[in-house]
Amino acid sequence: MDSLARNLEQEGAASRSLPKAPTGIAGLDEVLGGGLPQGRPTLICGSAGCGKTLMAMEFLVRGATDYGEPGVFMSFEEGAEELTQNVRSLGFDLDDLVARNLLGIDYVHVERSEIEETGEYDLDGLFIRLGYAIDSIGAKRVVLDTLEALFSSLTNTGILRAELRRLFRWLKDKGVTAVITGERGDGALTRYGLEEYISDCVILLDHRVNEQLAIRRLRVVKYRGSLHGTNEYPFIIDERGIEVLPITSLGLEHEVSTERVSTGIAALDVMLGGEGYFRGSSLLISGGAGTGKTSLACHFVAAACGRGERCIYFAFEESKAQIVRNLSSLGLDLESPVRQGLLRFHAARPTLHGLERHLVLMHKAIRDFQPQIVVLDPVTNFLSVGTGEDVKAMLMRLLDFLKMQQITLLLTSLTHGAETEQTDVGISSLIDTWMLVRQIELSGERNRGLYVLKSRGMAHSNQVRELVLSDRGIDLTEVYLGPEGALTGSARLAQEARERREAAERHQEIERARLDLERRRQALDAKLAALRLEFEAEEEEMRRFIEQAEAGEKSRLEDRKDMATARQAKASPAAGRGRTEPKGER
Amino acid sequence: MEADSEDSGICELRLYVAGQTPKSVTALANLKKMCEEHLAGKYRIEVIDLLEQPQLARGDQILAIPTLVRRLPSPIRKIIGDLSNTERVLVGLDLREPRSE
Repeated sequence: MDSLARNLEQEGAASRSLPKAPTGIAGLDEVLGGGLPQGRPTLICGSAGCGKTLMAMEFLVRGATDYGEPGVFMSFEEGAEELTQNVRSLGFDLDDLVARNLLGIDYVHVERSEIEETGEYDLDGLFIRLGYAIDSIGAKRVVLDTLEALFSSLTNTGILRAELRRLFRWLKDKGVTAVITGERGDGALTRYGLEEYISDCVILLDHRVNEQLAIRRLRVVKYRGSLHGTNEYPFIIDERGIEVLPITSLGLEHEVSTERVSTGIAALDVMLGGEGYFRGSSLLISGGAGTGKTSLACHFVAAACGRGERCIYFAFEESKAQIVRNLSSLGLDLESPVRQGLLRFHAARPTLHGLERHLVLMHKAIRDFQPQIVVLDPVTNFLSVGTGEDVKAMLMRLLDFLKMQQITLLLTSLTHGAETEQTDVGISSLIDTWMLVRQIELSGERNRGLYVLKSRGMAHSNQVRELVLSDRGIDLTEVYLGPEGALTGSARLAQEARERREAAERHQEIERARLDLERRRQALDAKLAALRLEFEAEEEEMRRFIEQAEAGEKSRLEDRKDMATARQAKASPAAGRGRTEPKGER
Repeated sequence: MEADSEDSGICELRLYVAGQTPKSVTALANLKKMCEEHLAGKYRIEVIDLLEQPQLARGDQILAIPTLVRRLPSPIRKIIGDLSNTERVLVGLDLREPRSE
């Protein structure tokens, strides 16, 4: 909104020559680059029930109350009484304005049946009435609603056209800013070609019904001498009047925050680079039915409220009471932030309004409450009111609005089937941090696995964590990653148990081996000891034998010596005697 | 119908003009002539100049100038234009049935 307004303002400054009369209608002045051309007539056209009369009336009422410009409403269709009643629901008190001379209402009623035309005439009566009404309150603004009614009252269109031309010139001379409404015709802006006469500014209103839902749109068809927004802008009519949403995709110029905010789940913060998400970023939690998206979102909310931040929770599926109750089963208390005024729930079925109205209502709620975090749960429900493109456009608008103010947007998205890596709304490109909760079905049970698919500007985890919901809230546990893939739930528990068992077995085996070794060593030692004993015994024996043998030898030598000694003593030294020694002992 | 309105008395006519324009002058002349011919003695004409009394335009829902309003007998009848076609004026004032086709 602001960038468009800024652009137009800049251009407006360049061409200051054209003075503008601000309408005071929310958003419309931004589209018009300041307002309607001052002192000139503007045509507001559209089909029946598109809000022409209300827009014209609000132009007068705002002019009278906000800009000190009294106005005259000349109605050709409804009486003053009816008009007053019709706009009372918008908070306009016409009686009061009339009493304060800020508004004049003149009901011009022409009953075809009681009129006969004969000869030349002109519409001086109308001019005089209008002039009188303008002069009596010093009006600066005039509405003629719907001038074309004259065409059905008067038959001489030649005169009528000439007189209308004169009327618009006269209005310009008067210097009043005039709004003329016209009914949309076939293939033309108005049924009687009023656009031929009013060429300064033409605004086209449209009330379309698309798949049973009504959407109001506005377009500035032309605005001579001024730049203006050229798109179709949605608008709504509610208890505070008309509100136009001129928000287009802004120039992506918004400030960004480097502040990181905790998600409220410590393990998830760890997955998001250890510090949580960026303030003012857009988060998406997508997943199938029953994957805990809402619970996750509520943790974000509770954490924010715990920091004293304000949150708005737009629930499109569950009522506030239901969410609060369900989350209390997770040990999450949402009741007290609501009581403290930190958390506000807006629960409504998407089909209650059209997309545009949703957008406007959300805008309004956000502007009123000034939250730091906005939750849409789930955003996919909007698909029942619009096509994916429409929803995306709406979200883009909302997101731009929020980013301008550094409000964090948290979306949940219900995905169907296995194709989860693209959102149904096709909004992934708008999202800064995308978390995906996936059902992992394994061995007869379903468990939730959480991934961080992307997270701009931070080193996020690439791993799957198992999302465990318990009465202590949400926890993320590491999944078992093994040769059989990622295991979750009881399969993970079973696997862990099996691992423990196997580990114990391995331990026992080692112990057994160790004992065995010890035993063998002991056996070896014993054997060695026995051998040594045996050896020692043999050694002893051998030594004894050796000693005996040596002793025997010695004694034999001594015996021989003795013998020799004895022979020599007996004489007869025979030569060969020596050889003849006794051998008999051996 | 003709007899009724004539019998019930005065026909009250009001001619709205805006200044002395040729159309207004013509209309008043045409009106006087017609009344003398068809409503002699039974009519009253009031000329209102809206330039002098603009606030009166609202009461009779005047748009076109000149406008002749038959206030009585009711219902109210309006004839706009310079009243140059006497036949149509008479029909408009219920003084004569439309000519059968």
